[in-house]
Amino acid sequence: MSTVAWITARGLFGRRRVLLLLPLPLLLVGLALLCRAYDVNPTEWGPPVLVGLGLAVLLPVISLIVGTGVLGSEVDDGTIVHILTKPLPRRDIIVAKLGVAIGVGAVTSAVPLFVAGLLADSARLGLGLAVAAVVGACAYSAFFLLLSLLTKRPVLAGLVYILVWEGLLGRFVSGTRVLSIEQYVITIADKIAPTALLDARVSPTVSIVMAAIFVVGCAVAAVDRLRSFSMAGETS
Amino acid sequence: MTTVELENVSRWYGNVVAVNDISMTLEPGVTGLLGPNGAGKTTVLHMMAGFLSPSRGTVTIDGGSTWRNPAIYRRLGLVAEREAVHGFLTAREFVQASARMHKLSDPKGAAERALELVEMTDAADRRIETYSKGMRQRTRVAAALVHDPQVLLLDEPFNGMDPRQRMHMMSLLHGLGDRGHTILFSSHILEEVEQVSGTVQVIVAGRLAASGDYRKIRRLMTNRPHVFAVQSSDDRRLAVALIAEKSVSGVEIDHAGLTVRASEYGSFTRALPRIAIGEGIRLRKLLPSDESLESVFSYLLEA
Repeated sequence: MSTVAWITARGLFGRRRVLLLLPLPLLLVGLALLCRAYDVNPTEWGPPVLVGLGLAVLLPVISLIVGTGVLGSEVDDGTIVHILTKPLPRRDIIVAKLGVAIGVGAVTSAVPLFVAGLLADSARLGLGLAVAAVVGACAYSAFFLLLSLLTKRPVLAGLVYILVWEGLLGRFVSGTRVLSIEQYVITIADKIAPTALLDARVSPTVSIVMAAIFVVGCAVAAVDRLRSFSMAGETS
Repeated sequence: MTTVELENVSRWYGNVVAVNDISMTLEPGVTGLLGPNGAGKTTVLHMMAGFLSPSRGTVTIDGGSTWRNPAIYRRLGLVAEREAVHGFLTAREFVQASARMHKLSDPKGAAERALELVEMTDAADRRIETYSKGMRQRTRVAAALVHDPQVLLLDEPFNGMDPRQRMHMMSLLHGLGDRGHTILFSSHILEEVEQVSGTVQVIVAGRLAASGDYRKIRRLMTNRPHVFAVQSSDDRRLAVALIAEKSVSGVEIDHAGLTVRASEYGSFTRALPRIAIGEGIRLRKLLPSDESLESVFSYLLEA
């Protein structure tokens, strides 16, 4: 593990913010267990729990907390200067921070989604959801990491993307789905484990290509942005 | 020998000009960056450290631009005024992390040397969030020094330090300057600058008002009379003789001796011994009394 990744992980787990990662996975698994315990038909609880809560809320919100936390918090409190005053290529810093964000986001999302998929249908659905969650964690983390370098309110901007772009426009305006990570995730899960519980609306090719573009494009833009990181010239 | 050079550098934010056409060269030794609040000192430091791009002009270290060039940090250390530290790390972990990011061959050894240099070895295993402001500052200095940089930039380095720590930091900066490092530190406390460095860069309203040894700067201010405190075996008779001298523009006498205002530094210092010998008066004290940095600084601000 690089020193930057080590500091990032220590910072991430050393803040209270990390506790925000727990409630949603617990809620998802708890709801799935409850439905299973009461023998509710999976076609009734599957779409709202797996998609409505798991893929539309849990995955992006966890990625938002982690993606903005790995760099945005350091930019906010000024500790980023300690890392930037080292002769490290900015690409290495972004790769290390993105790696931590993806790792934490993927594990925190994929495990509960796997369990929920297993309870709803089969291990195959669980695997499909877990793989799709990993792909989604990559794309969301890269996007939210870039947001933390573009705006002083990355969490707000991220919530607008999740709630307005994906949650609202994605439901009613078909063209916006091409730029919706949630839609790529649903399609990938459905491709791995075809089921009536998931409703794929974009093609698998578009999903994979666009997810890759999100990851690479946002990472490259973040590297460029970090190269031009400025400190305000306040004078005492 | 590493040289930091600013060439016709300006920096503006919208309509506000923070730094206006500054050129300066920093060479090995300790230089104080002086200026009143809002003068542009931090803007200059940030441009030197590669954290701001100049709107016009160039900022270079050994010919290489500082902007978008992380390679400069092999030769440069920065202690920014507002930079926070990772409070969840201990000082030892923090400084070792710096050494590792510099890819030093012996990061632990380098970290120990840097911690010793700032006298932080005893508390090095405590988390930084438990430190006083002065201890945090010293930890940051240790992290900035861990790779033994040729150039060290410090923004208000004495903030939060107690008098003993200040003295130690001053002697540390002196030592680094004497060993050929290029040190630039900003401060609004003139006494600190006076004690650490004779060489100053004075910035007023975004412009470079003066540059060099402040005592020499004072002597170049020919439009202001130089003030000397003089004591002799017969102050009254010496006052009468001095007032006839062309280079003397005024003499005051009181119980402490004479206060002489001379319009020309060189002519007066040559004339005084001649006059004293001619009058048979013994000189007991001759002290330039407005060559302090404070006087020079206030003259520059009034100019």
